[in-house]
Amino acid sequence: MKKLIWLAWIILMIAAATYFGYRLLADANKTVFLVGETTDGHHQIEMACGACHTSPFGGGELLQESCVSCHGAELKSANDAHPKSKFTDPRNADRLEHLEARYCVTCHQEHHRDRTLPMGVTQPIDFCFHCHQDIADERPSHRGMGFETCASAGCHNYHDNRALYEDFLHKFADEPALKPSGRTPVLAGLAQKHPGMDIVPLSIGRADHATSRDEISHAWAQSAHAQAGVNCKGCHQPEASTVWEDKPGIAVCQTCHAAEAETFFQGKHGMRLNPELPISLSPMTPALGRLPFKSEAAHRELTCNSCHGAHQYDTRKAAVESCLGCHDDEHSRNYEKSAHAQLWKDELSGAAPEGAGVSCASCHMPRIEVDIASGKRVLVNHNQNDNLRPNEKMLRSVCQSCHGLSFGIDALADPQLIKNNFSAQPAAHIESVDMVKARPQTQH
Amino acid sequence: MLKRKSMAVGVALIAGAVSLAACSSGKKDAAFTPQELTDMLHLVMESDRAVYTKQVVNRLKEAGVIKATEHFTDDQTLPLPAQMFRFGSETVAGKTDKFSYSLQSNWAINKQNAPRTDAEKQGLTYIVEHPGENFYTTEELGGKKFFTAVYPDVAVAPVCVSCHNEHKDSPKTDFKLGDVMGGVVIRVPMDS
Repeated sequence: MKKLIWLAWIILMIAAATYFGYRLLADANKTVFLVGETTDGHHQIEMACGACHTSPFGGGELLQESCVSCHGAELKSANDAHPKSKFTDPRNADRLEHLEARYCVTCHQEHHRDRTLPMGVTQPIDFCFHCHQDIADERPSHRGMGFETCASAGCHNYHDNRALYEDFLHKFADEPALKPSGRTPVLAGLAQKHPGMDIVPLSIGRADHATSRDEISHAWAQSAHAQAGVNCKGCHQPEASTVWEDKPGIAVCQTCHAAEAETFFQGKHGMRLNPELPISLSPMTPALGRLPFKSEAAHRELTCNSCHGAHQYDTRKAAVESCLGCHDDEHSRNYEKSAHAQLWKDELSGAAPEGAGVSCASCHMPRIEVDIASGKRVLVNHNQNDNLRPNEKMLRSVCQSCHGLSFGIDALADPQLIKNNFSAQPAAHIESVDMVKARPQTQH
Repeated sequence: MLKRKSMAVGVALIAGAVSLAACSSGKKDAAFTPQELTDMLHLVMESDRAVYTKQVVNRLKEAGVIKATEHFTDDQTLPLPAQMFRFGSETVAGKTDKFSYSLQSNWAINKQNAPRTDAEKQGLTYIVEHPGENFYTTEELGGKKFFTAVYPDVAVAPVCVSCHNEHKDSPKTDFKLGDVMGGVVIRVPMDS
């Protein structure tokens, strides 16, 4: 009997080792190794285990390096209010016993989706207490406020307070809810993108490749590519030594649109295609997403052409129509009925000036000014998640183009208003600007 | 000749580094005592800080060229001298744990920069009550022993005084040139 048990045990062990070994080493589904459901932020790349777990023998420090390798630059540009370097001073040793703030995973544990709060936070949200328990002595206006409201009431963020710091609130405290001539930034034109370059627009007769499909030729001839002198072979056969490629990949787009591609790889649309991932993943599809999407779009793959359309490369289509072709959540469904959408329609029809309209992209893929070798250039940030973590990041890059700061803070703190796509007034007023105005700004 | 000089500088740097490492690990053959080490570190910090304050911030402000302000990125101005000092401290903190330093005050504008540990509280009070003197002690933090030195931080330029006296969060508004406004706290771990 004993021998039989041992035999069964050995067979079981061999079977388990074979199964897990196959899963680990073969090109097979590895979800069996996930120790828990991944968060919304990482689930798309959960099978690229090595993106975070860079070594089987790495500890917390290696994991920290992984966090920083993807999120470090963003935190730096956000002027992170709580960088690791603030907590390495031994004078904070007692605080670290309560909150090990030197490591991202202290507050952002992965594989615990069931207890993950907004912004991927897995700490109880009153964590500010550990260091700021005396805040009411310094700021009597804060007396009686619960520490669970610091970051959840539209007042403070742990990392990014660029639109919420006191002097910024004071500077823009008296802005009207709606600015009289609000506009989104104007995109860089060809001359700004390529200063000094002699660009000759191409007409349909100058296409360097014959096609039997007229619609392709016509779409190209009206596109920005033709206007910029980019011919068929510019994308389909960029090097004479290569063969014609019917469906050029993102790498070809990157040769001219590197900055756009870089931000695309950082967002949820493109992160699965990020060339820095340790393994190759298929493009994102709505079926892989966790938001409500249209069933007919479930298996559409997300690449540059998915939104911009091959050949026509219509940025206006990419700004609304493409988004609503897949997204089917309440906020998206209510867009067409919103004042923002009406302004967008007016801009397209010419009834409103350029930059007066508000498309999906105006807010979620805002036009940002970046430094380039020859100065500054306005381009579209293709990381649709960049200003949603948390949404107060939208204030400076988006809302303040047209709205007053205080109105923007109120609007972004109102979940119902977000659902109905800002088709009403904010239900509640966040008092942070009022508190700043009530406080003397100088000693005199 | 130049090569020989470079080599000499290199040797000196290596020797210094070895000495500092030995000192921080408490070895008997250390070239410097912890106090000598913190004194030297402070000398560099104090000198750089005074130069930035006088030769950059104060000079350019008086010339009407550019100001130093707290939100220098948004304002497109210069960092305040205290911020410059802190950025250096945070940069060092990101590179080594062989020593750490911070700028603190009993009248801190940001209350997170008020003294927290017993040694800091004693030191900050001592340097104010004993002008011209430093404060040295040892303390245990997070289960580790540290040599802790506190040096007076003096108002070396008119901008120090005006900025602190006028800031809305400043608890003291009657600073004068030459006053001890706070202190530089330098720590060196004593255990390996």
